[in-house]
Order: sequence, then structure tokens, then C-alpha cells
Amino acid sequence: MILKIMPLAALMLASPLAAQPTVPPAQPASQSTEEEGLTGTVSDEAAWQDLGIAIPTFPTNADVATQASAGSTAGLGKALVRVITDDLKNNGLFKPTGPDALPTPSMAQINAPDFPSWQGKGTDMLVHGFVRANGDGNITVGCYLYDVSLSQQLVKGAWVVGPSEWRRAAHKCADLVYSRLSGESPFFDSKIAYIAETGAKDHRVKRLAIMDSDGANHRFITTGQALALTPRYSPDYKQIVYLSYLNGNPRIYIYDTETGKQRLVTQSRNPTFSPRWSPDGRWILYSMAIGGNTDVYRVSAAGGQAQRLTDGPGIDVGGSYSPDGSKIVFESDRSGSQQVYVMNADGTDQKRISFFGGRAATPEWSPRGDQVAFTYIAGDFHIAVMSPAGASMRQLTNGWQDEAPTWSPNGRIIQFFRTEKGSGRASLWQVDLTGKNERKLPTPVDASDPSWGPVLP
Amino acid sequence: MLQTSRTIILLFTASAALAACTPKAPKQLPPDPGSNVTTATNTNQGTVQSGPAPGTQADFVTTLMGQDTIYFDTDRHNIDSSDAAALAAQAQWLIKYPGKRASIEGHCDERGTRDYNLALGDKRANAAKNYLVSMGVDAGRLTVISYGKERPIAVGSNEDAWAKNRRAVTVSVD
Repeated sequence: MILKIMPLAALMLASPLAAQPTVPPAQPASQSTEEEGLTGTVSDEAAWQDLGIAIPTFPTNADVATQASAGSTAGLGKALVRVITDDLKNNGLFKPTGPDALPTPSMAQINAPDFPSWQGKGTDMLVHGFVRANGDGNITVGCYLYDVSLSQQLVKGAWVVGPSEWRRAAHKCADLVYSRLSGESPFFDSKIAYIAETGAKDHRVKRLAIMDSDGANHRFITTGQALALTPRYSPDYKQIVYLSYLNGNPRIYIYDTETGKQRLVTQSRNPTFSPRWSPDGRWILYSMAIGGNTDVYRVSAAGGQAQRLTDGPGIDVGGSYSPDGSKIVFESDRSGSQQVYVMNADGTDQKRISFFGGRAATPEWSPRGDQVAFTYIAGDFHIAVMSPAGASMRQLTNGWQDEAPTWSPNGRIIQFFRTEKGSGRASLWQVDLTGKNERKLPTPVDASDPSWGPVLP
Repeated sequence: MLQTSRTIILLFTASAALAACTPKAPKQLPPDPGSNVTTATNTNQGTVQSGPAPGTQADFVTTLMGQDTIYFDTDRHNIDSSDAAALAAQAQWLIKYPGKRASIEGHCDERGTRDYNLALGDKRANAAKNYLVSMGVDAGRLTVISYGKERPIAVGSNEDAWAKNRRAVTVSVD
């Protein structure tokens, strides 16, 4: 059930739909894709965020039953648009209008929108699309973005998906719209690993769990019999590295998402924790305590001899690779309190970068490379960002205990977990780089330790 | 769409005072009543014996009267004088029963980040272990495990609860 990106023009021309006389030929791709993107980033209060976007139901050429949970192709046409609308709306990025308030276009209008009917109603952008059942059980979804006032197509895409992953086509369409309008890289078609929490504060049950970036397709992976902490998806999503107290002692395991089996990362008599992948998935960075002294190590994801990267009497812990894999940002209390340090990937040239009072912990290098997110401890715990040189520190959240940032694949949004004073109940939250668009993520039970994976291919 | 309720300035002022170290560990917890343990053990034994069987974990807990646990200041792992007295009592028991092994569990309060607390808990457990070894307990009989902030004994979010949670607990292995 691999999702395939199809060359849309060819796909449309080859389809029976395109052969119908009422459908104009697909526009040359050059017309749409070479337009300048609207400038702006999530860090700015850019004008594009206020764009009115209409997303009516995607029509189908023929209402055909599918194996997808959303039903027939006609049902999918509405369900897909709901997912796209929620993606764009829930992240505080746009103010889209979903399918329920809008007329459903005809198949012919997908390629040639009825622009006059959309103009003058606060609709700046129009998203059209179609659903078609393929003979082999797969589903083709097309997605088109139009500028209403210019009466012009801006971008288009189409994907073939298996029925069980129809939501991915919606995320791909939302990513297409978001990327074209913001100039940023996509991020909706991605997954999150985290720890699901239940039970009393002094006997929390903690289970490894996964879900899509919008909370759908939720699944518990471990039973909760062993305490599970700090998961991280491998860059290819095939494995999850995490900490488990299986057999009583804290050790890092690699869970294989395809076989459901897991193995120890290193055979060690000592506790191992705080695991992270290198960007190429070849290395696992982790911390190990020997006789009370914790240092940072790395080991090949395939196993073998570990290499010690830090060597000091203080606590050196955590760590996160720069996107090019050449450097590691980590945390150490060698100066007397938790602070953030950067070193080369081989452990040389260790330098402290956080100098702003308070403590700085759990650093995470942005996938864009331009920022380091961390837990800023100054009385309460907050999520903050700084440059990899330690400059331009900005605090983004203001909870009692906001901890453990993880970046969206495009480096524009940060997820973290927020612990409630007293009850100790934890939940997942996300915030954009302005600090203004903050929201709680829906999870079936309490949640902590989020880890946002890359955009799916 | 943009929530404008907060400003950056507000965010920063709210974070002004850092209570980096507010050391307030209870110098001594009130001794365990012991009666619960005694009763439980008696039930198990079903004999006329008045206390737990010598050399058991129940006996260890009863004998130590709360000194099976030592407490730490915020972000610290050093052994202070009351810790030393407790560890001396633990060592006495462990030397009396040389066939017994013990596990030392290191814990932290909730006001630390997760991974750091795992490391700090390990440091605390090892500080207790090293002290016991210095008192003559064979290191091979002692294991350590850190639970970080995962297993608080006091569930409040206040100084009193945090002081009780910054601890190392010695548990004899029956």
C-alpha cells in the first residue's frame, strides 16, 4: 500500500475523465509551478495566514465502493476535504472553509473552476480535487490550488493510495496547499511517537504509542507492564528507539514497526537512556551511567562497539544531531547547572552555548538547522528556542512545566508535553515559532515525550 | 486566528525568579509505624514470633525505622550527616546478614527534566552505594537502579512533597 505521487497531467489525460469533451485539457505544469510563492514564514504574522480558503467536497467520476474506512469514493470526497480543512485550520495557519458550507463542484469544474461564483465572497484561494477508484482497489486523489482573484491555477498534485491510507492523500494535499502559500516545506504527512500515560501519579503506567500528525490512526504499541519512556522514530519510520524498564532495569531498545519485535541497542550492565537517531539513521546517540557518572555515547544502529563522546564527572545527557550530522547539541551540568553544549559528531570541540541565566535542558536541533529548541528552566519550565550559537533566545510557552521539545519536519512548529501542577497529568501540545498559535493535541489518554518524525516519502 | 492574549514581554517577566536550590529535605522522616509490616509478617509466619523473620526485607524495614531511605537537596547527590547515620544503620544490618543482597533505588522530584533525572537518580543511588561500601559492605551485594522522577512517594507539587521524593531507598532482596 505504498503511496505514489503521480504526474497529474499524464494521469488526467490517460483517464476516461479527461477524454470527456467537457473537460478542458490539463494546464501545462509550467504555468502553475513557476509562480513566485507568497513570502512569509510561520514566525511572522504574514498576510497569507489570513487568506480565505474554500475547500469544497472533492467530486468523483463514479461513486464506487472502496475498502477505505471513509466508504465509497463519494464519501471519501467529503472525508478527505474534512482532513485537509482540519490540517490547515488546527495548526493556526489558515482560516479554511470546509465542505459542509460549500457547494460540491462538478468533475469538469475541478480543472476549470467557476471563478465568478467564488469571487467577492472573501474567498482568496480555492482548493479543488477529485477522487477516483482504480481497478486494483487503490484510490487516486487529485488536488488543485487556485487563486480566485487571478482566476489562475497555482499548483496541483495527485496521489495513488491504498484504501487503508486514504488520509495520507489528504495530508499530501494539505501539504501542497501549505507549501505553495507559505513557501515553507511540508509537514502534515508525518507521524508522532509518544508515551501514553494512565494511572495514579505515584504508579503511572506508561506505554509506547504512535499516531498520525493529526492524531488519527492511533495505536498503543507496548502493554504498559514495563515502564516505557522517550521514544524516537527512525528517519525511515521502520523502527522506534525508546527506553524500557523491561526486565527491571532501564535500557534502550529498538522496536521494529514492521515485525513488532524489539532488541537491545547495546549489551550493557549499565543503565542506558535518552536515545536519539542520527539524521541518516545509521547511528544512535544515547546516554549511559557508569558508577553514577552519565556520559553521551554513540553506537551503530546495527550494533557493535559504542564510542564514548563525552568524558567528565558531571551529568552529560541527551543530545541531538544537526541536520547534516556533523554536530551534536547536548546537555551537561559540568558548569554547576544544566546548560546546553555543542560538540562535533566525534565528541571534539565541546562548547557551552547557553548563557542567559536559568537552566537549559533537552536541546533539539531543528531539521532546518537554524534553531535549537530546549526546555528553559527558570522557576517554571518553558519551551524556548535559540540559534545554534546560543543567540536570540526566545521563550515560546508559559506553562508550569513544559518540557521536551520536538520539531515538526519543516522546523516551523514545536511539540512538547505539559505537566499539570498537582495532578501530574501530562498532555501533548504544540506551538509555532511566534509562540502565539499554541494548542493541545487530542490523545485518547494522557501523553508525554512526543517525537515528531519526518515527512513520509 | 492569531491569539493575541500574551506578549513576549509577559512571557519573560513570568519566568523571573529561579528557585535553583531550595534545599529543604526532611532531616528525618517520622519513623515507620512498623505495625503494618509486623502484622503482615505475622500473618505470613503464622507463628507466635513477635516481629518479622530476621534477615528479611520486612525485618530490614522494621529495624531501620525509616532509615532505609536517605534524602537529598535539590539537584544534589551528596551524603550529609543524617544520611550518613541512616547508611551506617543500613550497613550494620547488611553486615549482620552477609548472605543478603540489596538494591538501592535513586529517585528525583518532578521538577527536573526526564533524562537528567534518570542520570541524577543514578548518581544518588551510587552515592548511597559507595557509602555502604566504605562502611564495609561488599560492593558485589549491592545493585543500583534509577527511577528518575517516575516513581514519586509523595504526590503533591510542593516543597514538602519534592523533599520527600529526592531520595535513595535501600531494599534488601529476599
